[in-house]
Amino acid sequence: MTSVKKKGILGDIKESLIKTLFQTSGMLAIIALMGIFALLLYTSVPAFKEIRLKEFLTSTRWDPTSPEKPEYGILAMIASSIMVTTGALLIAFPLGVAVAAYLSDLASPRVREILKPVIELLAAIPSVVVGFIGITITGPLISTIFKLNHGLTALNGSILLAIMALPTIISISEDSLRAVPLSYTEASLALGANRWQTLIRVKIPAAISGIVASLMLGLGRAVGETMTVLMATGNARAFPRGFLQSVRTLTATIAIELGEVPYYTTHYYALFALGLVLFILAFSVNLTADIILEKQRTKLQ
Amino acid sequence: MEKSYIGIPEGQIKIQVENLHLYYGNKLVLKNISMSIPEKKVTAIIGPSGCGKSSFVRVLNRMNDLIPEARTEGRVLIDGENIYDRDVDLVALRKKVGLVFQKPNPFPKSIFDNIAYGLKVGRRCRREELEAIVEKSLRQAALWEEVKDRLHQSALALSGGQQQRLCIARALAVEPEIILFDEPCSAIDPIATARVEELIHQLKKDYTVVIVTHNMQQAARVSDYTAFLWLGKLIEFDRTPKIFTNPACKLTEDYITGRFG
Repeated sequence: MTSVKKKGILGDIKESLIKTLFQTSGMLAIIALMGIFALLLYTSVPAFKEIRLKEFLTSTRWDPTSPEKPEYGILAMIASSIMVTTGALLIAFPLGVAVAAYLSDLASPRVREILKPVIELLAAIPSVVVGFIGITITGPLISTIFKLNHGLTALNGSILLAIMALPTIISISEDSLRAVPLSYTEASLALGANRWQTLIRVKIPAAISGIVASLMLGLGRAVGETMTVLMATGNARAFPRGFLQSVRTLTATIAIELGEVPYYTTHYYALFALGLVLFILAFSVNLTADIILEKQRTKLQ
Repeated sequence: MEKSYIGIPEGQIKIQVENLHLYYGNKLVLKNISMSIPEKKVTAIIGPSGCGKSSFVRVLNRMNDLIPEARTEGRVLIDGENIYDRDVDLVALRKKVGLVFQKPNPFPKSIFDNIAYGLKVGRRCRREELEAIVEKSLRQAALWEEVKDRLHQSALALSGGQQQRLCIARALAVEPEIILFDEPCSAIDPIATARVEELIHQLKKDYTVVIVTHNMQQAARVSDYTAFLWLGKLIEFDRTPKIFTNPACKLTEDYITGRFG
């Protein structure tokens, strides 16, 4: 007869130890997030001794090194960041979902086996290399097509960011499309729908949470990307008036100026405030997406 | 030459299967099946697990096309047209031959949208027309009274038995001529099963029904004709009372009396 009673307390200790270990690693993510937020907040508060918050958020003039009257308006940069990111997603999202649909629905297993890893490898290209492509290939191309002096524009940045966001969008969208139960596809086809209708009306709606998640991850990458936009968008401080203008994003500004700014000056603190704005921007986008997805999910259950 | 126990049904023939072979890769799943399925009658397909019952009904609306390595030989004539001809429109075929699956598989959409799906992908429909057809189909599937107040709620909130009747209603909405049932009651409880059987009984007034079942009582209750499949071969096909009371083949008798299976 085997006893079902516990033998000693060693097992109990081991179990609680493992539990604590996993709990802490889970907490670590939250601690890191809170820490970054606290640091940004702490270092950006001193900036507002000299800058009025309203001016900071609504003025379009950024000239912190002016000897007479330094100006700290970031609206132009926020607009540039949003513009370049939106442009990137407008290109990457339809393209990415289309490729994902092709891979999951139409491609033969052999093609998929080759194509998917290659696409995922695209994510491994360092952003500085992508920026280089922007300067040498897409930039000149844009200047020729639109007859501009140079091609270092918001459009150029959007295209490059789209290329960088594509692997994430394709890979995750394809995974979630393939996870749609075969029974949905069969039911749809058995009701006389063709493959296209099945994809649009059944598979994509069923996979929507994964597709939106892929969009969010792509967005996260695009909004925070620095080197590529710094190299490819021309870095003009003026308020952007179209995709064929040079723009300077929040990230590029921080990268350009933080290396040369004297420490503990208003300018220095203001750059951290930029970081905080960026953080809040990315955070709210993610939060909105989460809320939308949650609503969708509860509606279906 | 083996003796044949394949009877010829009375009345109009809806589906004529001639020398049908089905392969999955190199595996022969259905061996040289020839039979005639009568119009507006219920034909049951019985046999032990893995004998090819499900594969057989999936041949009848070409659902097996979804499996890349599946290959068919022989002819399947529906109203005299071979559905394996090159010029067959699969969409039209599947509208004509509906299929209800083993496990209820409603879409993650509202009840209304589930029923309306087949219509929406087919042709432009006015809203009122759509509503009328949804109601009619739900009534036919004996589900209307239970769901009429929550048509726009998710179909996934329904019970298993209700979901299966929803799937039947969904198949009825496109007005097929033939409805195939692939073990429709294997995933639902006995009371729900009784309702589905009652429903199948009603359906044969207007539709040709083919039902796969591993439940012999069910075959005896609902069907007019019964086909017994064994290891991919059609062993016997005849009127249901004949099969169950006086089978011609020893193998059929052994299966029906529960000696194997």
